[in-house]
Amino acid sequence: MKNFGLVAYLDIKESLRAKWFYVYAFVFGGLMGLFFISGITDSVVMGFTGLSRLLLVFIQVTIIILPIFILTTTVKSIAADRESNVLEYMLSFPISLKEYYWGKFIGRFATVFFPVIVALFIGVAWGLYKGGNQMPWAMITLYSALIFSICVVFLGIAFFISTLVKSHDVAIGLSFAVWIVLLAFIDVALIGLMMQNRMPDELIITIAMLNPLEAFRIGAIALFDPELTVIGPVAYYLLDTLGHAMLIVYAVIYPIVLGMLFAFFGYTAFKKRDLL
Amino acid sequence: MEHVKIVEARHVVKRFMGARVLDDVSIDIELGDKIAMMGPNGAGKTTFVRSMLGFYHIDDGEIRVEGYDPIKSRVEVLKNISFIPQLPPPVKLSVSELLGYVQRSADTPAQRVIGEAEAMELDIKRQMEKPFFKLSGGMKQKLLIAIALARKSKLFVFDEPTANLDPKARDHFYRLLFNIDYPHSTIFITHRVEEVEGLANRKIYMDLGKVVEDERI
Repeated sequence: MKNFGLVAYLDIKESLRAKWFYVYAFVFGGLMGLFFISGITDSVVMGFTGLSRLLLVFIQVTIIILPIFILTTTVKSIAADRESNVLEYMLSFPISLKEYYWGKFIGRFATVFFPVIVALFIGVAWGLYKGGNQMPWAMITLYSALIFSICVVFLGIAFFISTLVKSHDVAIGLSFAVWIVLLAFIDVALIGLMMQNRMPDELIITIAMLNPLEAFRIGAIALFDPELTVIGPVAYYLLDTLGHAMLIVYAVIYPIVLGMLFAFFGYTAFKKRDLL
Repeated sequence: MEHVKIVEARHVVKRFMGARVLDDVSIDIELGDKIAMMGPNGAGKTTFVRSMLGFYHIDDGEIRVEGYDPIKSRVEVLKNISFIPQLPPPVKLSVSELLGYVQRSADTPAQRVIGEAEAMELDIKRQMEKPFFKLSGGMKQKLLIAIALARKSKLFVFDEPTANLDPKARDHFYRLLFNIDYPHSTIFITHRVEEVEGLANRKIYMDLGKVVEDERI
């Protein structure tokens, strides 16, 4: 595995020079930083009121922007490498497909994860500087874990799409389709299903919880709203079934497992199908 | 001289969307063969080379490179093959990063690549921090040739290698190929046999996925 670290390192270096990375870092570094700064500075201490409003904005923005950024930029750069014969040249050296694929995965993970995490820490540091008297460790830990897991799941899906679909346009189209479907199944499509009354409520809730975006959303809300009052009566069912702690564990672990499964299927396709 | 087979391809079939792009192709390449592989577009030349390099899974037949299967043992196979594509790919790594990649993956010291580049009158040391894709077409091609030669492979695969080179650079390239002082084989994918005249000792002509001519020259 001597080339694994090399591929990851070079992917990070390459990403740091790419335009998409600057847009991504600007959106998540800049925008998130601004949210945290403005939210926290509104509170005298790092209290509930300022943070809760801020976290809601953070959740909404992350749910909408992070997946589509990860999906499109990853799919686009991998497809572009294949179409422009960069992949052909780089893989003409004696490097195993395992090292190349997982090296790329880790390298890309670092570039999508760290701007958001850095923004989170900048926000917290700013809050402390502006008068916060204690480090919100629970929030930092949970949000870091949730961001980690949402990055893994969408990176896994992106790598899966990239290895399965070779056409650049189809891959981008598929990424948008995945994103739209997952967004729709947070609320709109689920409400539609419930209104039709053709499916048991438990099944609809299960569908919702299989959506990694929903898992992220519930996990994020659970921190500052332990009773999940924001999401309505479904909260009773979820809390009765899983309990508060298990709900958070599920919100973190499930997307990671799902993402790694997609990444693994992508790797299998990468090995078993034509590379070009 | 002992006949050492580097590549053995037997009854290779490769289909794309049902069409047989390689149709029962059998080619043996021995150490010392300098092959001009010719044929019109779509003849199957690139598909054969890509199958040999492990990029394509063949549908039927068998390919062995020094006894190894290119899919199952791609690292072993690619240790002794240098490949130069027709058009330099827009690699976004800097020159130094690319040389680092070559050094680590193929055990080829960067200094050796720099030496080969200098032999082609390319002063690459001044371009080390520049992204590869920002070099001029000729510089990119020279650097790819330098990397290929520095690897000291047993088999060189050149896909129209001089397409981006001016006449002087072509002469340098031919001279460097002449000067390789260890046993090796070469495949030149080309449309014009004059392009590799004097360098090739065997001509393979492909058409519609078949080998229609294979002769010593």
